[in-house]
Amino acid sequence: MEQQQETVLAFKGLTRRFGGVVALNEFDMELTNGQIVGLIGPNGSGKTTSFNVLTGIYEANGGSIEFLGQDITSWPAQKVYEAGVARTFQRSRLCLELSIFDNIMIGAHKRLNHGFMFNVFKRKALQQQIKENYEEARKLLTIFDPELADKMFEPVGSLRMIDRRRIEICRALISHPRLLLLDEPSAGMTHEETRELMDDILEVREMIDGLSIILVEHEMGMIERVTDKCIVLNFGQKICEGAYREVASNKLVQEAYLGGE
Amino acid sequence: MTQSLKDKLIILLLAALGAAFLVTFIAIEEQAEIFALLVFAGVLIIASAKLGLTDKISQSLSRNERLLNLSVIAAMLVVIFWFHEDHFPLLMIATVLLYVVACCGLNMQFGYTGVVNFAGAAFFGVGCYTAAVLGGTGTPLLLVIALGGVMAAIIGSILIIPVLRTRGHYAAVVTIAFGLLFRTFLEVNDTLGGPQGLPVSGMNLFGWDFNSNIQITENIEFSFYMNYVILALIMVILTFILMRRIERSWIGLNFDAVRLDETAAACYGINIKRWKILSFTLGNFLAGTAGALFAMMLGFIAPSNFAFSDSLILVSIVLLGGMGSIWGTILAAGLVVLLPEKLQVIQEYRFLLYAVVMILILLFRPQGVLPRNLRSYIPGWRG
Ligand SMILES: Nc1ncnc2c1ncn2[C@@H]1O[C@H](COP(=O)(O)OP(=O)(O)OP(=O)(O)O)[C@@H](O)[C@H]1O
Ligand SMILES: [Mg+2]
Repeated sequence: MEQQQETVLAFKGLTRRFGGVVALNEFDMELTNGQIVGLIGPNGSGKTTSFNVLTGIYEANGGSIEFLGQDITSWPAQKVYEAGVARTFQRSRLCLELSIFDNIMIGAHKRLNHGFMFNVFKRKALQQQIKENYEEARKLLTIFDPELADKMFEPVGSLRMIDRRRIEICRALISHPRLLLLDEPSAGMTHEETRELMDDILEVREMIDGLSIILVEHEMGMIERVTDKCIVLNFGQKICEGAYREVASNKLVQEAYLGGE
Repeated sequence: MTQSLKDKLIILLLAALGAAFLVTFIAIEEQAEIFALLVFAGVLIIASAKLGLTDKISQSLSRNERLLNLSVIAAMLVVIFWFHEDHFPLLMIATVLLYVVACCGLNMQFGYTGVVNFAGAAFFGVGCYTAAVLGGTGTPLLLVIALGGVMAAIIGSILIIPVLRTRGHYAAVVTIAFGLLFRTFLEVNDTLGGPQGLPVSGMNLFGWDFNSNIQITENIEFSFYMNYVILALIMVILTFILMRRIERSWIGLNFDAVRLDETAAACYGINIKRWKILSFTLGNFLAGTAGALFAMMLGFIAPSNFAFSDSLILVSIVLLGGMGSIWGTILAAGLVVLLPEKLQVIQEYRFLLYAVVMILILLFRPQGVLPRNLRSYIPGWRG
């Protein structure tokens, strides 16, 4: 049923410590083309840290990260993004005083011309580029919420949390990533809103060829519905991997969740 | 009457009112009259804010940017030509204009990119001393101005590494230290005149002597300061265009992203260092050009012109006007330079008053008196 089994991302023995805390401990994982992987685990188990190490915000203390056949372990955040990884943040990180359009355009950074001469003196060409990108941003946002797409020049700070999450996802998607990292996208949403959001994400995935997704999520319904496989972390260690059903019935996993809270 | 015609009339009316206000304010000397005029202006502004007029007016303004810009230039020209033979008012106006240029530089650094610079006066001073040194060499005037900016940008590059490495308070301390060092360096450096300073010789533009009055007809003579005021106005216009174009481009967006969230910016490919260096360098360049013309206009400069307190004044203009707001900077520079010149009470308690105003602004109106608007990349275009 899979078209290709190309490996997109591979962690090998990935380790990260914060002082005495081992946030990631010899973490191995693999992700293939077009796959959606659920990354779950109790609070403080290292899910966000794995995103931060992967995207170059934190250095790894050990192990390696391979993305599309390249060793990106020590790459800076900018280079990881250029290579095709885009993410959202657990605590939404948008520029609240900027407009929706501005925020989405930050995601399009690698396709824009940032030359001084171009930006200051070639105004016609710049405005052409602005208008083209506006159309694309608008189209993308319309998939998530047509009403929101009519407010492109309103400040993000004036919007509801759900809308902000949608914009953050659009900012990631506009970069045409190969790998999308979603860190608790449904936090603070109702079941209905969560379902809608996930439908939208799946719809967009159909449009971007071979997009793989890692989804960190506490909402198990969502994990069950959309993921191809799940990985469970506890104290920075992978304790289980497999389809949602197998993972959910695993003894270790049940203990971790019971012991975690 | 159509809306667009109404908008245009409002703009023309405001420009005329502004010109009349400025002419009156600069011309009158009697302290009580000045005070009355200020109170009158204040009441007018508060009343129109209460009546909801300011919102309507600002909408009219933003719909007609071009006309607004041209009207303000025309109003400035009226004010300048009104005082064509009066040295002191012209000197004051030129000073305001050059402060606008320098503060736009700081605004590019601080308001756009979030790079603090408490050594604004030092970079302004680099421009001044460049003009003083080049004064006798016959270097063309426009080149002196440009070189003043280039020197400020080059000397600023000394600071780039510490500014990139440190953040917030630490970066502030680094720039404060640099400003103090700069002044001490000037005081002990005899080739640059030491504490007594240096004379700056008058300048020529294509054989036009800037330091002698201009005889127009037998009865009309322009003060030689007209040269400087006009040139300063041109510099303000160019600076305004540069600031606007940067703001309304991807570069402006990158600047904002760096200021607001470095981590998120880095995760979207934005090279933090590149944009901080660009904005720091451009900002210092602007401060340097302003300094160069300022020195030629005064004809004399000394280290005491570039104290820490002068840097603080530049920063307070940016904060008062509003971070990243160009019109705010223009208004605030006018207030901060003109008020103490006109009101002797303020002259004495200048710094105390600045401190109080700064605290009030930061507490009650942190976005400044004329806050920056959301970016509209293309005037009038909203998708
Ligand atoms: N910057 C940091 N400095 C120090 N410790 C950190 C840092 N970031 C994470 N940690 C620690 O690493 C561990 C893993 O944290 P992480 O944020 O990855 O957990 P998580 O699985 O995302 O949890 P949650 O479900 O609460 O988001 C925790 O013990 C946390 O305290
Ligand atoms: Mg987390």
